Amino acid sequence: MGRKILFVTTDQQRYDTLRCNGGVLARTPVADSLAAAGIRYTRAVPQSVVCMPSRSTILTGQHPTTHGVWMNGVPLPVDAPSVAALLQRSGYRTALVGKAHFEPYLDPFGRFTENSLARLGVETVIQPWADGSTGPHRGFEHLEFATHGTAAPLHYTLWLWQHNPDAIGMYYPVLDPSFNVNDAGGGATGAPQVHDNPIPRGQYHTDWVADRTISWLNSLAADDDWFCWMSFPDPHHPWDPPASELSRVGWRDVPLPLGYPAGRAEREAILDAKPRHWRMWYDGTLVSNYEAPKHWVPATMTDDQVREVNARNAVEVELIDEAVGRVLAAVAARGWDRDTDVIFTTDHGELQGDFGLLFKGPYHVDALMRLPLIWRPAPSAGIGPEVVDTPVGLVDLAPTFCAIAGLRPADWMQGRALPASDSDAAARGFGRVLTEWDSDLFGVDVHLRTITAGGWVCTAYRPGTVHDGTEGELYDLTSDPLQRVNRWDDPASAAVRSDLLAELWDAQPPPRAERLELQAPV
Amino acid sequence: MLLGGRGGGSMAVVRREIRIARDPARVWQLIGDPAALSGWFPGIVAAQVDGTSRVITTASGLRLPEQILTNDPDRRIFRYRLTAALVRDHLGTIEVREAGDGMTLVSYETRCEPEAVALMIGGACGSALHELRRQLES
Repeated sequence: MGRKILFVTTDQQRYDTLRCNGGVLARTPVADSLAAAGIRYTRAVPQSVVCMPSRSTILTGQHPTTHGVWMNGVPLPVDAPSVAALLQRSGYRTALVGKAHFEPYLDPFGRFTENSLARLGVETVIQPWADGSTGPHRGFEHLEFATHGTAAPLHYTLWLWQHNPDAIGMYYPVLDPSFNVNDAGGGATGAPQVHDNPIPRGQYHTDWVADRTISWLNSLAADDDWFCWMSFPDPHHPWDPPASELSRVGWRDVPLPLGYPAGRAEREAILDAKPRHWRMWYDGTLVSNYEAPKHWVPATMTDDQVREVNARNAVEVELIDEAVGRVLAAVAARGWDRDTDVIFTTDHGELQGDFGLLFKGPYHVDALMRLPLIWRPAPSAGIGPEVVDTPVGLVDLAPTFCAIAGLRPADWMQGRALPASDSDAAARGFGRVLTEWDSDLFGVDVHLRTITAGGWVCTAYRPGTVHDGTEGELYDLTSDPLQRVNRWDDPASAAVRSDLLAELWDAQPPPRAERLELQAPV
Repeated sequence: MLLGGRGGGSMAVVRREIRIARDPARVWQLIGDPAALSGWFPGIVAAQVDGTSRVITTASGLRLPEQILTNDPDRRIFRYRLTAALVRDHLGTIEVREAGDGMTLVSYETRCEPEAVALMIGGACGSALHELRRQLES
């Protein structure tokens, strides 16, 4: 019997939403206790700041340039490399419960497996694998899907139809009638994607994901080794947690985030020092990506809207923390606790008011790029506790799963097993992480390449619709933790910029041989 | 190619092309037969044709009515309009052209409002072209 792996992801969660990372709103005792007993990473960086490319990196252990999912709406080929497939072939029982999103949701033809399994009523389907063999879809022998709300034909929607059909319409409509991300406001402040959801807490998707995870775990034999990816759709917008839970965090008491300059003039001066798409989006003159409401203008956002979004986000974070606690209790009840590794992270962050913005897009700053990451090794392994400040990436997760399972990482993986300490990181040459952005949507294309290393974040822009390829961003994370001062053109930082750019271009991963086509907005 | 209003108009054009190592007449046999669509378009499980009307059924269970506007074997152009509530306006155009060296160029253009739906349909059309090539070249 080997070590079991509970891999917990959330969606679009900021680093500073956990108490153990300095958060002040949500109470997260479960995550905090995992961090206290394990390894807490203070500079975990995604390889993309949107869902599909980032999740594809987690599964494949490859950068987006290599796995090919260059923006949301580009499906990961079914025969792409998968760490779950490696684990399944080595004898692990494998499941993914919750949000997958390796394939587009907007799929009226029902072409994609993720959108068809609930209708077919099967746990998985047999597909081609990267090694030329076949096996369960992406290596998972059990799949049960949920996403934000009930618009997609996934298992959670079907379950809700069967148990409380009235609740289907209680969720916020994520898309508007034109299939754009909805800008309709709600709550007390009219903030976009905020909504009072009367759904009973026990039927909310967060609890459903935990319930279904527990059900699957309880179906296993006592001596099974298992890899379970439990993937919560929250705290990604819409911010519509069960109304019964809203009193946990009163929005009027929420302090404005440190990253939100409350003065308009200060906010706009900061934006003006960044490449021009920042200010253009703020003013509503450029929509560069699908992930934020097309018709919402960030400059119209009020202080109270920032407070209410943060309050609702915190409620969702608390519900996730409690759900994880229930699953950990179920693991312990099976007698597996000492042999179970728990890894908690997310796919990318959320602007959540920083710079006067919400949601996400081509903005490579801490709001989107500094992620919560906790690895609580199986107590039987005798590792930790530690705090690791060295930059690591989500690309390092797949080899970490291999290491836990006692497998050699596959040749196609581009990361390395997470370091157990800073000294381990130094000995193994950790120190830089790459992030990339490419989008090309409705006549607007944007391209960023970023390196996080040595206490700096450096982003180079390639030519696009509103960039000529000379722009960039350079932030000193030590003296400027809020990334308010862009040092790209600062002569005093020229040497740092030059060194980081050389390393950035030298370290670019190999591109996929054939470019994958964009097939849907998301 | 994906064209559209930059934050403004919601009509968009999605155009996909593919080269197939078969002669145009062979390719047109499939394109020009409106009832054959479900055989090469992933996600379409049935296509019922009645004169210039066609109703497609998708794998997700949607039944989408279409109007066939052009089916011209001489110019090898097939045009149709999706009239389902999913779209406010739609025009699909498939053109089959000789590309030399025994190759055929097939283009599939989707003009559609709203633009997000243009991408959903156009993306599916792109994968359909890949399936068409796979079938014809295998």
